[in-house]
Amino acid sequence: MTRWMILLALLAAPAFADSDLPPARYANEQLSDPRQEAAAKGLMEELRCLVCQGQSIADSDAELAGDMRAMVRQRIAAGERPEAVRAWLVSRYGDWVSYRPPVEPMTWPLWAAPLLLLGVGAFLLRHRFRRRR
Amino acid sequence: MSRAVRFIPLVVLLLFVGFVAWRLAVPNDEKIHSRLTGQPVPAFSLEPATGEVSALSSTDLASGQPRLLNVFASWCVPCVAEAPLLAELERQGVPIDAIAVRDRPEDVAAFLANHGNPFERIGSDPESRVQLALGSSGVPETFVVDGKGIIRYQHMGPIEASDVALIRREWERAR
Repeated sequence: MTRWMILLALLAAPAFADSDLPPARYANEQLSDPRQEAAAKGLMEELRCLVCQGQSIADSDAELAGDMRAMVRQRIAAGERPEAVRAWLVSRYGDWVSYRPPVEPMTWPLWAAPLLLLGVGAFLLRHRFRRRR
Repeated sequence: MSRAVRFIPLVVLLLFVGFVAWRLAVPNDEKIHSRLTGQPVPAFSLEPATGEVSALSSTDLASGQPRLLNVFASWCVPCVAEAPLLAELERQGVPIDAIAVRDRPEDVAAFLANHGNPFERIGSDPESRVQLALGSSGVPETFVVDGKGIIRYQHMGPIEASDVALIRREWERAR
Protein backbone atom coordinates (compact mmCIF):
# COMPACT_ATOMS: atom_id res chain seq x y z
CA MET A 1 0.00 0.00 0.00
CA THR A 2 2.70 2.46 1.04
CA ARG A 3 4.60 1.54 -2.08
CA TRP A 4 1.60 2.34 -4.24
CA MET A 5 1.15 5.64 -2.44
CA ILE A 6 4.77 6.58 -3.06
CA LEU A 7 4.44 5.58 -6.72
CA LEU A 8 1.27 7.64 -7.02
CA ALA A 9 2.95 10.60 -5.36
CA LEU A 10 5.87 10.36 -7.78
CA LEU A 11 3.51 10.26 -10.75
CA ALA A 12 1.28 13.03 -9.44
CA ALA A 13 3.95 15.50 -8.34
CA PRO A 14 4.80 16.94 -11.80
CA ALA A 15 1.12 17.59 -12.50
CA PHE A 16 0.95 19.77 -9.40
CA ALA A 17 4.29 21.46 -9.89
CA ASP A 18 2.85 24.32 -11.92
CA SER A 19 0.48 27.12 -11.06
CA ASP A 20 -2.77 27.83 -12.89
CA LEU A 21 -1.75 31.35 -13.83
CA PRO A 22 -1.11 32.16 -17.50
CA PRO A 23 2.50 33.01 -18.44
CA ALA A 24 3.67 36.54 -17.67
CA ARG A 25 3.51 39.08 -20.49
CA TYR A 26 6.69 38.78 -22.61
CA ALA A 27 7.42 35.29 -21.32
CA ASN A 28 6.51 33.97 -24.77
CA GLU A 29 5.87 37.22 -26.60
CA GLN A 30 8.60 39.02 -28.52
CA LEU A 31 9.41 42.68 -28.05
CA SER A 32 8.18 44.85 -30.92
CA ASP A 33 11.62 46.43 -31.43
CA PRO A 34 13.70 43.78 -33.29
CA ARG A 35 17.00 45.10 -31.94
CA GLN A 36 15.79 44.91 -28.35
CA GLU A 37 14.33 41.47 -28.99
CA ALA A 38 17.67 40.28 -30.42
CA ALA A 39 19.50 41.62 -27.35
CA ALA A 40 16.99 39.94 -25.03
CA LYS A 41 17.17 36.63 -26.94
CA GLY A 42 20.96 36.68 -26.85
CA LEU A 43 20.91 37.13 -23.09
CA MET A 44 18.18 34.54 -22.51
CA GLU A 45 20.26 31.92 -24.31
CA GLU A 46 23.08 32.58 -21.85
CA LEU A 47 21.04 32.47 -18.65
CA ARG A 48 20.51 29.21 -16.86
CA CYS A 49 17.09 28.03 -15.78
CA LEU A 50 16.92 27.72 -11.98
CA VAL A 51 14.49 24.82 -11.99
CA CYS A 52 15.78 22.65 -14.86
CA GLN A 53 19.41 23.32 -14.30
CA GLY A 54 20.80 22.05 -17.61
CA GLN A 55 18.74 24.35 -19.81
CA SER A 56 18.86 28.00 -20.74
CA ILE A 57 15.78 30.06 -19.95
CA ALA A 58 15.28 30.46 -23.71
CA ASP A 59 14.82 26.68 -24.04
CA SER A 60 13.00 25.88 -20.81
CA ASP A 61 9.27 25.41 -20.39
CA ALA A 62 9.43 25.89 -16.61
CA GLU A 63 7.23 28.65 -15.23
CA LEU A 64 10.10 30.30 -13.42
CA ALA A 65 12.05 30.36 -16.70
CA GLY A 66 9.04 32.05 -18.31
CA ASP A 67 9.02 34.66 -15.55
CA MET A 68 12.77 35.15 -16.04
CA ARG A 69 12.26 35.67 -19.79
CA ALA A 70 9.52 38.18 -19.04
CA MET A 71 11.83 40.00 -16.63
CA VAL A 72 14.69 40.07 -19.16
CA ARG A 73 12.44 41.43 -21.94
CA GLN A 74 10.76 44.00 -19.66
CA ARG A 75 14.11 45.30 -18.43
CA ILE A 76 15.62 45.49 -21.88
CA ALA A 77 12.48 47.22 -23.19
CA ALA A 78 12.92 49.72 -20.35
CA GLY A 79 16.39 50.52 -21.71
CA GLU A 80 18.57 48.41 -19.46
CA ARG A 81 21.70 46.91 -21.02
CA PRO A 82 21.85 43.08 -21.21
CA GLU A 83 25.05 43.04 -19.15
CA ALA A 84 23.29 44.98 -16.36
CA VAL A 85 20.46 42.42 -16.29
CA ARG A 86 23.00 39.60 -16.19
CA ALA A 87 24.88 41.30 -13.34
CA TRP A 88 21.62 41.73 -11.42
CA LEU A 89 20.96 37.99 -11.63
CA VAL A 90 24.58 37.07 -10.86
CA SER A 91 24.42 39.20 -7.70
CA ARG A 92 21.53 36.97 -6.57
CA TYR A 93 22.39 33.52 -7.85
CA GLY A 94 26.14 33.72 -8.40
CA ASP A 95 28.07 33.04 -11.63
CA TRP A 96 26.19 29.78 -11.82
CA VAL A 97 23.17 31.49 -13.40
CA SER A 98 25.19 32.69 -16.41
CA TYR A 99 26.48 30.38 -19.13
CA ARG A 100 29.33 32.81 -19.80
CA PRO A 101 31.82 32.25 -16.99
CA PRO A 102 34.05 35.20 -16.09
CA VAL A 103 37.86 34.86 -16.26
CA GLU A 104 39.01 34.59 -12.66
CA PRO A 105 41.35 32.31 -10.65
CA MET A 106 38.59 29.71 -10.23
CA THR A 107 37.86 29.47 -13.95
CA TRP A 108 41.25 29.94 -15.60
CA PRO A 109 41.65 26.18 -16.28
CA LEU A 110 38.45 26.38 -18.30
CA TRP A 111 39.95 29.01 -20.57
CA ALA A 112 43.47 27.58 -20.60
CA ALA A 113 42.45 23.94 -21.22
CA PRO A 114 41.86 24.28 -25.01
CA LEU A 115 45.29 25.87 -25.49
CA LEU A 116 46.95 23.28 -23.26
CA LEU A 117 45.24 20.43 -25.09
CA LEU A 118 46.32 21.87 -28.45
CA GLY A 119 49.86 21.98 -27.11
CA VAL A 120 49.65 18.37 -25.93
CA GLY A 121 48.27 17.33 -29.33
CA ALA A 122 51.13 19.05 -31.16
CA PHE A 123 53.62 17.38 -28.80
CA LEU A 124 52.14 13.92 -29.48
CA LEU A 125 52.15 14.50 -33.23
CA ARG A 126 55.70 15.81 -33.50
CA HIS A 127 57.19 12.35 -34.29
CA ARG A 128 54.63 11.70 -36.95
CA PHE A 129 55.56 14.87 -38.83
CA ARG A 130 59.23 14.02 -38.52
CA ARG A 131 58.77 10.50 -39.91
CA ARG A 132 56.96 11.80 -42.97
CA ARG A 133 59.96 13.81 -44.05
CA MET B 1 57.92 2.31 -23.32
CA SER B 2 58.48 1.54 -19.67
CA ARG B 3 56.14 -0.75 -17.81
CA ALA B 4 54.73 1.92 -15.55
CA VAL B 5 53.76 4.15 -18.47
CA ARG B 6 51.73 1.34 -20.03
CA PHE B 7 49.37 1.36 -17.06
CA ILE B 8 48.55 5.05 -17.25
CA PRO B 9 45.40 4.58 -19.40
CA LEU B 10 44.14 1.93 -16.97
CA VAL B 11 44.76 4.24 -14.01
CA VAL B 12 42.91 7.07 -15.79
CA LEU B 13 40.01 4.72 -16.51
CA LEU B 14 39.86 3.54 -12.90
CA LEU B 15 39.93 7.12 -11.64
CA PHE B 16 37.09 7.98 -14.00
CA VAL B 17 35.00 4.96 -12.96
CA GLY B 18 35.72 5.75 -9.31
CA PHE B 19 34.59 9.35 -9.75
CA VAL B 20 31.38 8.28 -11.50
CA ALA B 21 30.64 5.68 -8.80
CA TRP B 22 31.24 8.27 -6.08
CA ARG B 23 28.94 10.83 -7.70
CA LEU B 24 26.24 8.19 -8.20
CA ALA B 25 26.44 7.26 -4.53
CA VAL B 26 26.74 10.84 -3.23
CA PRO B 27 24.80 13.08 -5.63
CA ASN B 28 25.98 16.64 -5.97
CA ASP B 29 24.05 19.19 -3.94
CA GLU B 30 22.28 21.11 -6.68
CA LYS B 31 20.78 23.78 -4.48
CA ILE B 32 21.68 27.27 -5.60
CA HIS B 33 21.69 29.40 -2.48
CA SER B 34 20.83 33.07 -2.60
CA ARG B 35 23.84 35.39 -2.59
CA LEU B 36 21.81 37.89 -0.59
CA THR B 37 22.38 36.19 2.77
CA GLY B 38 24.01 38.90 4.90
CA GLN B 39 22.50 41.66 2.76
CA PRO B 40 19.31 43.71 3.10
CA VAL B 41 16.08 42.40 1.63
CA PRO B 42 15.66 44.11 -1.76
CA ALA B 43 12.99 46.81 -1.74
CA PHE B 44 9.57 45.59 -2.82
CA SER B 45 5.91 46.30 -2.19
CA LEU B 46 3.36 43.59 -2.91
CA GLU B 47 -0.41 43.58 -3.07
CA PRO B 48 -2.25 41.40 -0.54
CA ALA B 49 -2.40 37.79 -1.72
CA THR B 50 -5.89 37.41 -0.31
CA GLY B 51 -8.39 39.89 1.08
CA GLU B 52 -8.26 38.55 4.62
CA VAL B 53 -4.52 39.03 5.25
CA SER B 54 -2.45 42.26 5.06
CA ALA B 55 -0.12 43.02 2.15
CA LEU B 56 3.66 42.78 2.46
CA SER B 57 6.44 45.30 1.74
CA SER B 58 10.15 45.03 2.39
CA THR B 59 9.81 47.75 5.06
CA ASP B 60 7.51 45.43 7.06
CA LEU B 61 10.42 43.02 7.41
CA ALA B 62 12.67 45.54 9.19
CA SER B 63 10.40 45.51 12.21
CA GLY B 64 13.01 45.57 14.97
CA GLN B 65 12.73 41.86 15.65
CA PRO B 66 13.72 38.90 13.46
CA ARG B 67 11.03 37.28 11.34
CA LEU B 68 10.63 34.44 8.92
CA LEU B 69 9.79 35.12 5.30
CA ASN B 70 8.19 32.07 3.71
CA VAL B 71 8.00 31.81 -0.08
CA PHE B 72 5.13 29.48 -0.93
CA ALA B 73 2.27 28.82 -3.33
CA SER B 74 -1.13 27.20 -3.00
CA TRP B 75 -0.28 24.94 -5.97
CA CYS B 76 2.92 23.67 -4.35
CA VAL B 77 2.54 20.24 -2.79
CA PRO B 78 5.59 20.40 -0.45
CA CYS B 79 4.13 23.66 0.91
CA VAL B 80 1.20 21.64 2.22
CA ALA B 81 3.64 19.32 3.97
CA GLU B 82 5.45 22.18 5.72
CA ALA B 83 2.25 24.04 6.76
CA PRO B 84 1.92 22.30 10.18
CA LEU B 85 5.59 23.02 10.92
CA LEU B 86 5.19 26.72 10.15
CA ALA B 87 2.16 26.64 12.46
CA GLU B 88 4.36 25.07 15.13
CA LEU B 89 6.98 27.83 14.72
CA GLU B 90 4.26 30.46 14.95
CA ARG B 91 2.96 28.79 18.12
CA GLN B 92 6.48 29.08 19.56
CA GLY B 93 6.28 32.84 18.99
CA VAL B 94 8.18 33.18 15.71
CA PRO B 95 6.55 35.89 13.53
CA ILE B 96 6.13 34.75 9.93
CA ASP B 97 5.34 36.70 6.77
CA ALA B 98 4.91 35.15 3.35
CA ILE B 99 5.07 35.68 -0.37
CA ALA B 100 2.60 33.71 -2.50
CA VAL B 101 4.16 33.05 -5.90
CA ARG B 102 2.00 32.94 -9.06
CA ASP B 103 -1.20 32.59 -7.08
CA ARG B 104 -4.84 33.68 -7.14
CA PRO B 105 -6.59 35.26 -4.11
CA GLU B 106 -9.26 32.54 -3.95
CA ASP B 107 -6.64 29.78 -4.13
CA VAL B 108 -4.58 31.36 -1.34
CA ALA B 109 -7.73 31.73 0.78
CA ALA B 110 -8.61 28.06 0.21
CA PHE B 111 -5.05 27.01 1.07
CA LEU B 112 -5.18 28.96 4.35
CA ALA B 113 -8.64 27.56 5.16
CA ASN B 114 -7.38 24.00 4.61
CA HIS B 115 -3.94 24.20 6.15
CA GLY B 116 -4.14 27.06 8.67
CA ASN B 117 -2.68 30.54 8.53
CA PRO B 118 0.54 31.11 10.49
CA PHE B 119 1.27 34.31 8.50
CA GLU B 120 0.92 37.93 9.66
CA ARG B 121 1.14 39.26 6.10
CA ILE B 122 1.09 37.68 2.67
CA GLY B 123 2.20 39.52 -0.46
CA SER B 124 1.23 38.33 -3.92
CA ASP B 125 4.04 37.83 -6.45
CA PRO B 126 2.21 36.88 -9.66
CA GLU B 127 5.27 37.03 -11.97
CA SER B 128 7.89 35.72 -9.49
CA ARG B 129 9.62 39.11 -9.55
CA VAL B 130 10.24 39.38 -5.82
CA GLN B 131 11.18 35.71 -5.74
CA LEU B 132 13.89 36.43 -8.33
CA ALA B 133 14.95 39.60 -6.50
CA LEU B 134 15.45 37.51 -3.36
CA GLY B 135 17.63 34.96 -5.16
CA SER B 136 15.08 32.26 -4.43
CA SER B 137 14.91 29.41 -6.93
CA GLY B 138 11.73 27.60 -5.99
CA VAL B 139 8.89 27.03 -3.57
CA PRO B 140 8.89 26.53 -0.69
CA GLU B 141 11.78 28.50 0.75
CA THR B 142 12.12 30.24 4.09
CA PHE B 143 14.35 33.20 4.90
CA VAL B 144 15.30 34.44 8.36
CA VAL B 145 15.31 38.26 8.27
CA ASP B 146 16.70 40.17 11.25
CA GLY B 147 15.21 43.29 12.87
CA LYS B 148 17.08 45.58 10.46
CA GLY B 149 15.75 43.78 7.42
CA ILE B 150 18.95 41.86 6.66
CA ILE B 151 18.68 38.30 5.37
CA ARG B 152 20.45 36.02 7.84
CA TYR B 153 19.60 32.55 6.66
CA GLN B 154 17.94 30.76 3.75
CA HIS B 155 16.27 27.38 4.04
CA MET B 156 15.59 25.78 0.66
CA GLY B 157 12.81 23.25 0.20
CA PRO B 158 10.09 22.30 2.66
CA ILE B 159 10.72 22.64 6.39
CA GLU B 160 10.69 19.15 7.82
CA ALA B 161 10.11 18.19 11.43
CA SER B 162 13.86 17.85 11.91
CA ASP B 163 14.44 21.41 10.61
CA VAL B 164 12.19 23.22 13.11
CA ALA B 165 14.85 23.42 15.83
CA LEU B 166 17.47 24.62 13.33
CA ILE B 167 15.22 27.36 11.98
CA ARG B 168 14.26 28.46 15.48
CA ARG B 169 17.95 28.61 16.38
CA GLU B 170 18.73 30.72 13.30
CA TRP B 171 15.81 32.99 14.19
CA GLU B 172 17.12 33.40 17.75
CA ARG B 173 20.64 34.07 16.47
CA ALA B 174 19.28 36.89 14.30
CA ARG B 175 18.10 38.80 17.39
